[in-house]
Amino acid sequence: MILDRIQGLGRKAIGFVERLGRAHLFLLRTISGIPGVLLRPSLVIRQLYMVGVLTLLIILVSGFFVGMVLGLQGYNTLSDFGAEESLGVMVALSLVRELGPVVTALLFAGRAGSALTAEIGLMKATEQLSGMEMMAVDPMRRVIAPRFLAGFISMPLLAAIFSLVGVYGGYFVGVGLLGVDDGAFWSQMQDRVELHDDILNGVIKSFVFGFVAAWIAVFEGYDAVPTSEGVSRATTRTVVHTSLTVLGLDFILTALMFGD
Amino acid sequence: MQDTVVQIRDLHFARGERVIFDGVDIDIRRGSVTAIMGPSGTGKTTLLKLIGGQICPSSGSIIVDGERIGDLGISALYELRKRMGMMFQSGALLTDLTVYDNVAFPIREHTRLPERLVRDLVLMKLHAVGLRGAARLMPNELSGGMARRVAMARAIALDPMLVLYDEPFTGQDPISMGVLLKLIRELNDALGLTSIVVSHDVKETASIADYAYLLSDGKVVDEGVPETLWNSASAWSKQFLHGEPDGPVAFHYPAVGYKEDLFEGGQKG
Repeated sequence: MILDRIQGLGRKAIGFVERLGRAHLFLLRTISGIPGVLLRPSLVIRQLYMVGVLTLLIILVSGFFVGMVLGLQGYNTLSDFGAEESLGVMVALSLVRELGPVVTALLFAGRAGSALTAEIGLMKATEQLSGMEMMAVDPMRRVIAPRFLAGFISMPLLAAIFSLVGVYGGYFVGVGLLGVDDGAFWSQMQDRVELHDDILNGVIKSFVFGFVAAWIAVFEGYDAVPTSEGVSRATTRTVVHTSLTVLGLDFILTALMFGD
Repeated sequence: MQDTVVQIRDLHFARGERVIFDGVDIDIRRGSVTAIMGPSGTGKTTLLKLIGGQICPSSGSIIVDGERIGDLGISALYELRKRMGMMFQSGALLTDLTVYDNVAFPIREHTRLPERLVRDLVLMKLHAVGLRGAARLMPNELSGGMARRVAMARAIALDPMLVLYDEPFTGQDPISMGVLLKLIRELNDALGLTSIVVSHDVKETASIADYAYLLSDGKVVDEGVPETLWNSASAWSKQFLHGEPDGPVAFHYPAVGYKEDLFEGGQKG
């Protein structure tokens, strides 16, 4: 009984390591397909639309609401100390350092990542990828690399838009509804948000999350069991794995960037 | 020019513990329509994937147009595949492209022809399969038979020397079946192709084939021109070709004795 459990555990561990190895080899093949894709920008532009532009609405709405909540919560806390004029700084730092990249990556996984996985998984299940191979067209170059690249490029742009809209959400609640001084809101933000320490680090985070989210999405699709159940499981895995990986990486990156 | 386009010798292939091919020899003559027939699960589609180099044999050799598949690098294999066309059972059309763009896909990927010429080529291929009028439709607007005809037009888009058909007749109504049969034979003869048709639709496939192989349990159990196979002495061939419910392939799945099974069930109950 115990031996069976240990064996089962061992099998799972081997399976995990095997899959991790497959994912890395897949990543190498994907990256090696990128130079070819750059020669055909139309492939990437189409995917930028599918992955980036179609995710824009959810990012705009979520960013605005998150900014509004930050404005409200921040005002309630800061006003206890008579520091409500620092609301702009609080909203901007929260968004640029953390919430922008992290929440965008989570939304990206739910909206674009799951769509990428389902699309690639279904292409596999309906033999479209095999068909391409038999037409002497490498699906890694034609299908996977453009989607990966589009995800990697879209994520930082979406995170930047999320943060921008979020700041305006905080401004709307703080200045528009709760009466924080307009000038103080912007000037303190301008004074305290550092280009290198805050904005650049946030951009690095969003690039890392974009890389990971796009990688997981295309790999799960390509590695999916080619059945309806397999594709469904792969889509779920994309959202779960991306979310957990992003949150885990966020802690590591935050510790490296902002830890003393 | 060699007379044999595909030469398979002593082919062995297994998926895990399950042996799919156990010493198979097949020759596909240039210009012919060759049928590969056998019950479901005998590895007919696997054979096409082996010929196309999508999977590698455990041992044995597959030579296509003088090139040994296992020895080819990826770019040489892709060059060889440009001389092959494959029609998948599902059609495998790219669902985000129109019928026109699907047929144009291999031409645009592999040539630098001006769009005007691509258009002419695509319309010619679609005309050959009777679907020039459907050029602007999306794959989800096609019937199963039409989808396969589009796949056929795409398979011949680059004027290949060899076309592989994977179960082309499965699930087709009699009219679609008739159209597909006619197209496979006529395209083969008119374009000077070599065709391999994998199927378990015995009568239909035999009606257009010049030569047929019957596969079962990982081996070629019978081969010959279809007319001689109908009168084959092999009990297995007779059962398969005439669709007899019992014979060498038993009606019952292997099990313990019937009485024993019932008695044991009664005791437990």
